[in-house]
Amino acid sequence: MLVVSLLPTIASASPADVSEVAPGVFVHIGQVAEASAANAGDTSNWGFVVGERCVAVIDTGGSAATGSALREAVRAHTDRPVCAIVITHGHPDHLLGLAAVAEGGIAAGELAVRQLAHQRLAAAVAARTPAYRTLAQRQLGLAGPPQIIVPGERVDGEVMLDLGGRQLRLQTWKTAHTDHDLTVYDSQTRTLFAGDLLFVTHLPVVDGNLSGWLAQTPALRQLGSLRTIPGHGPVVKGDGWQAQTEYLSGLRHAVREALKQRVPLQHAVEAVPAPDGWQLTEVYHRRNVTAAYAELEWEDGD
Amino acid sequence: MPLIRVDTPRPALRWPWRARPAAWLAALAVALLLPGLADAADEPSAETEQWAGVRQFLFADRPIADGRGDVVELDAPFRAEDAAVVPIGLKAKADQTPGRYIRKMWLVVDKNPTPIAASFELTPESGRADIETRIRLEEYTWVRVIAETSDGMLHMARKFVRAAGGCSAPAGKDMEAALARLGKVKFKLEGDVQQGKPTLAQVMVSHPNNSGMQMDQVTRLYVPPHYVRRVEVAYAGKVILTADVDFSISENPNFRFYFLPQAGGSELTAKVLDSKDLSFTSTLSVGKTGT
Ligand SMILES: [Zn+2]
Repeated sequence: MLVVSLLPTIASASPADVSEVAPGVFVHIGQVAEASAANAGDTSNWGFVVGERCVAVIDTGGSAATGSALREAVRAHTDRPVCAIVITHGHPDHLLGLAAVAEGGIAAGELAVRQLAHQRLAAAVAARTPAYRTLAQRQLGLAGPPQIIVPGERVDGEVMLDLGGRQLRLQTWKTAHTDHDLTVYDSQTRTLFAGDLLFVTHLPVVDGNLSGWLAQTPALRQLGSLRTIPGHGPVVKGDGWQAQTEYLSGLRHAVREALKQRVPLQHAVEAVPAPDGWQLTEVYHRRNVTAAYAELEWEDGD
Repeated sequence: MPLIRVDTPRPALRWPWRARPAAWLAALAVALLLPGLADAADEPSAETEQWAGVRQFLFADRPIADGRGDVVELDAPFRAEDAAVVPIGLKAKADQTPGRYIRKMWLVVDKNPTPIAASFELTPESGRADIETRIRLEEYTWVRVIAETSDGMLHMARKFVRAAGGCSAPAGKDMEAALARLGKVKFKLEGDVQQGKPTLAQVMVSHPNNSGMQMDQVTRLYVPPHYVRRVEVAYAGKVILTADVDFSISENPNFRFYFLPQAGGSELTAKVLDSKDLSFTSTLSVGKTGT
């Protein structure tokens, strides 16, 4: 099927920008940046896994343009039909491509396309939809607010997705980066799509529960993946969790200290110093302090 | 040519305050002295359509002294870091005295779905008409405090607050956790209790504070609204603060306020009432007062 796109073409989201990081595992690495008209929402990672029977897509990027690029990338690398689209969580930089992917007739065959996400995603996105549409329109410079759709199939716990000779394990997590994080693991190549449970280079963003994220990190590490596709930043080989864990536990330490000293929120935001070595710190660090403060002040014992 | 880089894990970060906890406290001291970031170039007119409506509704044609800052000030960030939790301070310029005090303050957020976020009734026994809370913020907006003094005059202070970037949204982060803990109240003193000196206290309510306006796209059902609508604080048998609020206040509503410790006053009581008429009560022992 020929896909004619009326959207502005962007060099960074062309089909050529997909790499086969393991046999049948294709990944696109988005820019480490805030969404803008210049990058057309190509600010997160997405990928697809090809089985003998069909293909599963994991995340869709942050705009209709990334969704279209994804569709073209799949068609450029395989003629097998897509049978599943999995969304790791409902942030707009991972979800806003879904409408374009789903509407483009990516199934290209008799297979129904299952759309899957954490069972709490729909409610979380519903609560945020007006804000996300306004924000995306402003950041991407669109004429109108974008369409947002959510997967209809709700995952709670573990689900095996059979692609023919290859099974993907979908796994939901307790509140961490968000209250609806889901990972995808390909045991054949020991590749983990971590979604935003792992940030590399891009400062980690807390929009769920800081302590929950730290508490579940050992279990994520113990999945034993040979390579991990983070939600943002380059693919890591081996254990890629150390830097993020240092930042998150440092953040928790500092905010607990601020609470102990009875430093009010608005001053804590100024006082907890930003870490070195990350990108987008100026956009997200103060926000993380705010979120951590509002969470940790409910800890018992003061 | 490989198009993506495969990195090995980076070395551990070194934060100054991890090695030297005093370092970030020094940073705090500096931060407290810094003036606000000042680039007000993109501030639009404060005479918004929403404000015109609110002004007419609350105050009709009464005059409002605007922006002099001699009675009340507004503490608000230049930019909201997190759209769901924006710290706001309503600050009186003088202590409450029986002769002259602030008896009511309104918090107005022009561009929120319900612009009148809160009203606070105060008395001379409040000690000081300073209130800190956190609000949700939908978009770039003027935020205002209007104070009514005991002589019946109105005074306003306002700030323009820019919306958060990133994927920030004015929604709860962990709705199930907030519901599971629903109605838990934390009530604590933030300063030393001295008789006759305004003393800071804080009341926190675990509550999703849900607007109920969003729709679950899959079930096509509206989430019913469920939010805290009133917090009443009494000291020594007298109500010293009544807050009428709605879902413009952040998840887990939080208020810092003052009271005036007196001989014989031994406890503060907070009564919280929500939109489903659930009520939660908490009592705080104030202990012995010094002189
Ligand atoms: Zn995310």
